[in-house]
Amino acid sequence: MSRHTLSVLVEDKPGVLARVASLFSRRGFNIESLAVGPTEVPEVSRMTIVVNVTGLPLEQVTKQLNKLVNVLKIVELDEATSVQRAIALVKVKADAGQRSSILEVVQLFRAKVVDVALDAVTIEVTGDDEKVEALLRLLEPYGIKELVRSGVIAASRGGRSMSDRALRPIDRTA
Amino acid sequence: MSTSPGQSSGEQITGAQSLIRSMEHAGVDVVFGIPGGAILPAYDPLMDSTKVRHILVRHEQAAGHAAEGYAAATGRVGVCMATSGPGATNLVTPIADAHMDSVPMVAITGQVPSSAIGTDAFQEADIRGITMPITKHNYLVTNPDEIPRAIAEAFYLASSGRPGPVLVDVSKDALQAMTTFEWPSDISLPGYHPVTKPHSKQVREAARLILESSRPVLYVGGGVIRANASAQLRELAELTGLPVVTTLMARGAFPDSHPQHMGMPGMHGSVGAVGALQKSDLLVTLGARFDDRVTGKLSTFAPGATVIHADIDPAEIGKNRHADVPIVGDVGEVMTELIAALREEMAAGRQGDYEAWWAQLNRWRDTYPVGYDLPDDGSLSPQYVIERLGALSGPDAIMAAGVGQHQMWGAQFVKYEKPRTWLNSGGLGTMGYAVPAAMGAKVGMPGSVVWAIDGDGCFQMTNQELVTCTINEIPIKVALINNSSLGMVRQWQTLFYNERYSETDLHSHRLPDFVKLADAYGCYGLRCETHEEVDSVIEKALSINDAPVVIDFVVHRDAMVWPMVAAGTSNDDILVAREMAPSWDSEE
Repeated sequence: MSRHTLSVLVEDKPGVLARVASLFSRRGFNIESLAVGPTEVPEVSRMTIVVNVTGLPLEQVTKQLNKLVNVLKIVELDEATSVQRAIALVKVKADAGQRSSILEVVQLFRAKVVDVALDAVTIEVTGDDEKVEALLRLLEPYGIKELVRSGVIAASRGGRSMSDRALRPIDRTA
Repeated sequence: MSTSPGQSSGEQITGAQSLIRSMEHAGVDVVFGIPGGAILPAYDPLMDSTKVRHILVRHEQAAGHAAEGYAAATGRVGVCMATSGPGATNLVTPIADAHMDSVPMVAITGQVPSSAIGTDAFQEADIRGITMPITKHNYLVTNPDEIPRAIAEAFYLASSGRPGPVLVDVSKDALQAMTTFEWPSDISLPGYHPVTKPHSKQVREAARLILESSRPVLYVGGGVIRANASAQLRELAELTGLPVVTTLMARGAFPDSHPQHMGMPGMHGSVGAVGALQKSDLLVTLGARFDDRVTGKLSTFAPGATVIHADIDPAEIGKNRHADVPIVGDVGEVMTELIAALREEMAAGRQGDYEAWWAQLNRWRDTYPVGYDLPDDGSLSPQYVIERLGALSGPDAIMAAGVGQHQMWGAQFVKYEKPRTWLNSGGLGTMGYAVPAAMGAKVGMPGSVVWAIDGDGCFQMTNQELVTCTINEIPIKVALINNSSLGMVRQWQTLFYNERYSETDLHSHRLPDFVKLADAYGCYGLRCETHEEVDSVIEKALSINDAPVVIDFVVHRDAMVWPMVAAGTSNDDILVAREMAPSWDSEE
C-alpha cells in the first residue's frame, strides 16, 4: 500500500466535490483524507486528497480525474518537496493532578490548549500526520474523550504556484 | 433565428423558448421523448419549432436508445428528452449504454422547481447526482439565462474528444421564467482540452516497430468508427499489408470482404482473429480499449506482444494493458501521420516482412472458419437466418442488434462492408437496445434499410416502440430470432451449469403470438419456420416500405455461439465447438 497526496485545482461549481469524491470510490480508490477550500484565484478551489493505493496504479485515478470537465490541474506532492499540515482538536481527560503533565506534553509538541474544564482540556495541534499521531500516542494514556481531525492540506516548497499555469491548456499526454 | 452568435436580441422570451431555440442553434433536427409535468413548459414552444421534429416514444428508455441509434448511424449527436423523476430515471440505462460505447448524446430532462429541489417533491429525482458516473458531464440549470450556454457546452462535450452522453437538467421555474436569448460565440471550458494531434515522436516509433515486427496486427476498435477513420484504416492496412481484426464495436470499420480482414476477436471471435492477437508480437491498437471480452484472462493475453496504443482518451492507455508506445490523439489523425511516417521509412528502403505470419494466419483462417451446423431435427438454424438476412439486404443495410446469441451471430454472419451499418450495445450489453436503436437509425438514415436483429427476450423489453414506428412512419424491419429462451444465458447453463435451465425458458413459441402482436401495433407480421421459407420471407419484408415488418423466425433453441473463450479463461483456450480446441501450431 502506498500513500499519495494529490493537489487538485477545480472550478468552483456546484457538485464538483461529489464528482471528485465519487470518482475515487467508483474506481476502487480509498480516500484517507480530503480538504477543500478557496484559492488565490476567484472561482477556483483546491482540494488536497490523501489516497491509499493498493494494486491499481495511481496514474489511473489521476487520468480519470483529469477527464472531469471541472478539474483544472492535478499535481502529486511528495513529502520531501512540500509542506503538509493537518489540524487536530483533542479533548483529553484531565483532573487537577494530571493537568500539568499533559501541559508538558503540549509544550513539547508546540501544541496549544484551547479550552480548559474541570475534568478535561482541549488541545489544538497542527502538523503533518506523523506529528499528530505522535502526540496522540502520548495523550492516549490520559484518556482521549473526543478527537477531531482535519484533512491534510499541502503546498509545494519554493516560489512556484500551482495556479500559475492552471488556466492554460494542461498536458494530457499519456 | 435572426440572432447571430454572441448577440442578444434583447427580446424577452421564456426559458423554455430559449431551450428550444438553443436546440435549434445546436443543429438538432430530431428529438425522441415523452412530456411530463416538469418538462411541460418546453413542449409548448417545441410544438411551434419548424426545425426540431419530436418523436413521441412509449417509454423513455426507448427515447435514449433511439437517440443512440440515430447517433451511431449518422455520426451526429442524438437527443432525447424526458420529464423529472421517473422520466429521467428511465433514461439512466441508455445514458449508461452511451457512456460505455462512446455515443454522442444529449439528454434533456425537466426538474422540479428550484424551490422544491431537495424536498422529495413529487416526481423529484436527483438525476444530476444519479448520472454523474455515467455521463461525460452533466448540468443542473436553475437560471434561465444559463440555458443557451449549458446546451452549447453539452453538444460540444458530447461530440468532441471521446464522444459520450451529456445530461442537462433544467428546473421548471427556469423554463417558465423570462430571459433573453444569447447563443454563446465561443465555448470556454478551462478544464477540457482533448488532445487530437498525436505526438510525432511516438508516431515515428510506431512506424519503426511496425516495419521491424514479424507478427504485427491492427487491433481495431469502435473508436475508428466514431472518428470516421475507415478510409485511413484501409490505407494504413493496404500500405503495410498488416492483418486487421475488428472488435464487436468496430464491425464495418474495415470491409469484411477484404483479404487482410481476419474477422472479429474476443469471446466469440474467430480462431484467426483471436490467434492474430494472441500470437502477435506487435499490437497496433487503434481506438480499442482491451475490454475483458476481447482479452480473455488479461494476464495471459498476447503475452509476446509489444503494444502500440492510440486513443483519444488518455485514461484508456495503460488502463488494462501496459502500452509500450502510447499515442494520445484522434485515431484518424494518428493513422494519417502514421501512414506518412511509414512512407518515409519505406522510401528509405525499410520494408516489413510478414510472409511467415500470413502463412500462419491463413492456415488458421482456412482450418477454422466461423461456421455452424444445421440442426439435426430439421428445425430452423438461427445462424442461417442471420446469414441470409445479411446477404439479401446488401452492404448498405443497417443492422441493430439486441444482446445475446443473436447479437453474436449478427456480428459473425452478416458481412459488413461499411462503417455505421452495425449498431449494438457492446459495453453495457443492454437487452432491448435493438428496436428503439433501429428506430433512431431509420429516422437518421431514412433511405437505408434498417433491421433490428432481436431475440425474443430482448424484443419483449422494448417492442412497444413498434407503435411509435407505425404512427411516425418509420418503417423498420425486425428479424426476431425466436428460440423461446434467454438463449445466451441458456448456453451458459448448458456449458457451465449441467444443463439446469433455471428461468431461461420464455415459452415464446406459444406466447405471445408475435405475428398477432405485430398486427396489433400496425406492423406487418410474418412467420418463418423452415429453411425453404427464409429467402422468400426476407424478400417479402424487404419489399414492404409502408409500415414496419416483424418476422418471427422460430428457430432451434439448442444452437450455440461458437467459437467461445469462456469468461475468465485465456484466449489460448478458445474452443471452436464444445470440447474442441483448435491446434495453434500445426505443420509449417
